[in-house]
Amino acid sequence: MKKGLTNRQLKGRVFELVCLGSMMAALAVLTVLLWDVWTDGHAWLDLQFLDSFPSRFPEKAGIKSAIWGTFWLMIMTALISVPLGVGAAIYLQEYARKTTLTRIIETNISNLAGVPSIVYGILGLALFVRAMDLERSLISGALTMSLLILPIIIISSQEAILAVPSSIREASYAIGATKWQTIRYHVLPDALPGILTGNILALSRAIGETAPLIMIGALTFIAFTPSSPRDPFTVLPIQIFNWISRPQEEFHFLAAAGIVVLLVFLLTMNAAAILLRNRYQKNLKW
Amino acid sequence: MDTTEISVISMAARRKEEIVEKLFFLCAVLSVFATIGIVIVLLVESLGFFQEVSFVEFLTGKKWSPLLTPQSFGVLPLINGTLIITLGAALVALPLGLASALYMSEYADPRIRRITKPLLEILAGIPTVVYGYFALTFITPNIIKHLYPAANYFNAASASIVVGIMILPMVASLSEDAMRAVPNSLREGAYALGATRLEVSTRVVLPAALSGVLASFILALSRAIGETMAVTIAAGMTPKLTLNPFESIQTMTAYIVQVSLGDTPSGSIEYQSIFAVGLVLFAMTLLMNMASYQIRKRFREVYE
Repeated sequence: MKKGLTNRQLKGRVFELVCLGSMMAALAVLTVLLWDVWTDGHAWLDLQFLDSFPSRFPEKAGIKSAIWGTFWLMIMTALISVPLGVGAAIYLQEYARKTTLTRIIETNISNLAGVPSIVYGILGLALFVRAMDLERSLISGALTMSLLILPIIIISSQEAILAVPSSIREASYAIGATKWQTIRYHVLPDALPGILTGNILALSRAIGETAPLIMIGALTFIAFTPSSPRDPFTVLPIQIFNWISRPQEEFHFLAAAGIVVLLVFLLTMNAAAILLRNRYQKNLKW
Repeated sequence: MDTTEISVISMAARRKEEIVEKLFFLCAVLSVFATIGIVIVLLVESLGFFQEVSFVEFLTGKKWSPLLTPQSFGVLPLINGTLIITLGAALVALPLGLASALYMSEYADPRIRRITKPLLEILAGIPTVVYGYFALTFITPNIIKHLYPAANYFNAASASIVVGIMILPMVASLSEDAMRAVPNSLREGAYALGATRLEVSTRVVLPAALSGVLASFILALSRAIGETMAVTIAAGMTPKLTLNPFESIQTMTAYIVQVSLGDTPSGSIEYQSIFAVGLVLFAMTLLMNMASYQIRKRFREVYE
């Protein structure tokens, strides 16, 4: 009897270690990945790298056009996708009745969130680049990226709006406010930190996306910074991919240096989102 | 204030209310048009493709060589490539992800979970092009070449390892959510009967959370099927029917990228072929996402 119990306990202990080991293995991969990229790339990271255009000489090459392209693309994508996504979330959460159409829209959004990003690239290529003749420009890229992150923005904004308790709305109605006034002055301000967090995370997803932009033809040699939405462009992940696909090892180091910059961008955005969420959770108690 | 003035104001206010609601409705409906757009674009361009290549030849042909003459459009090698990657990623992500989820939900101190869960989710946020770099410059030379020196520089094994790492947080995070939704009374009942933590985890929590766990598996695999950059960079550009993970292969997604890297004129059969391949990819991932949703809905154990 006693022996059986210790045997079971031993098995349990082993199982716990296996589970812990699995989780630590995943975190170890993360550490090795970051360390590998840093050791490969840090020697190439300097002002000259940040302030030069791509070149076929590795020691002269840099990511100036990619950084500017990333900024342009992010701002344009945000301008398109945030109003549309938050608007859709407001409709679904505040206005929509439980009709068949509403159910279709909601199912459709969750399905869209699972569509591979390259399929959005195919859509962007056929619709924006070819059919609407916007060519391989920033606006084509921003429209494609907006479609890609719209489902994420809608879903996270819906959650933020859902977290606003209905007592707030009822108090507003009780003093005679209309639906739009209630949303405008109470629901949206209260949901704003949550909405912002979700939107920042969605945009940080767009910063790292490569495949849809390759589809719309953004992989070209760009040695200038864009000055209008109709200009061709390149972004950090594309420039990194370009360098990875070259056989010479120096270009792989450049790619690693580019990855360090890209990851710093992403970590900054994620940290901003987390800080925003934490502040919001501390300040607001219903 | 006379009554007509009040009614005029309220009329204007009501009009504004209606306009605002209509605007928001348009935003919501836009997402439906995105889906319709995807389906129409894929179908229309694929139709052009299937006028040249028979549907049967496409689905059963064993050779894919659209960029060489004589051209051949059998999609099986590409599907084979995608499935090898998915299978390899599943071997990495499902056991590790499930075990991580069990650890976080059943063993870990809540303080530790609050740190490890976001850390794991960082893995999901790293751009796929970075995973491609890691597979090509670290995993292939340092791990794959040691295990199997004859392995190709581009090989399915290293790509599927990184894709597995990439989808692991999805499995861990969604499975852990499902496990945490299992009410504590079930665990306490089992502990009261003298069960060990292992027995509670595998015979009480896991069966109760099974629908959520399976749903997370399917969702993660559908992500692996659609993964593009890591496999384009690390797995190669050689479509072939093989089960050997140390060879260079090509996935459906990598083929689509390969064509769009070149300068194929629109309307040519190579250009149209990416839509046919995209259609297969879209159909596969859509079916899996819907299956995942149905499993979660149908087989969920509901506790009050």
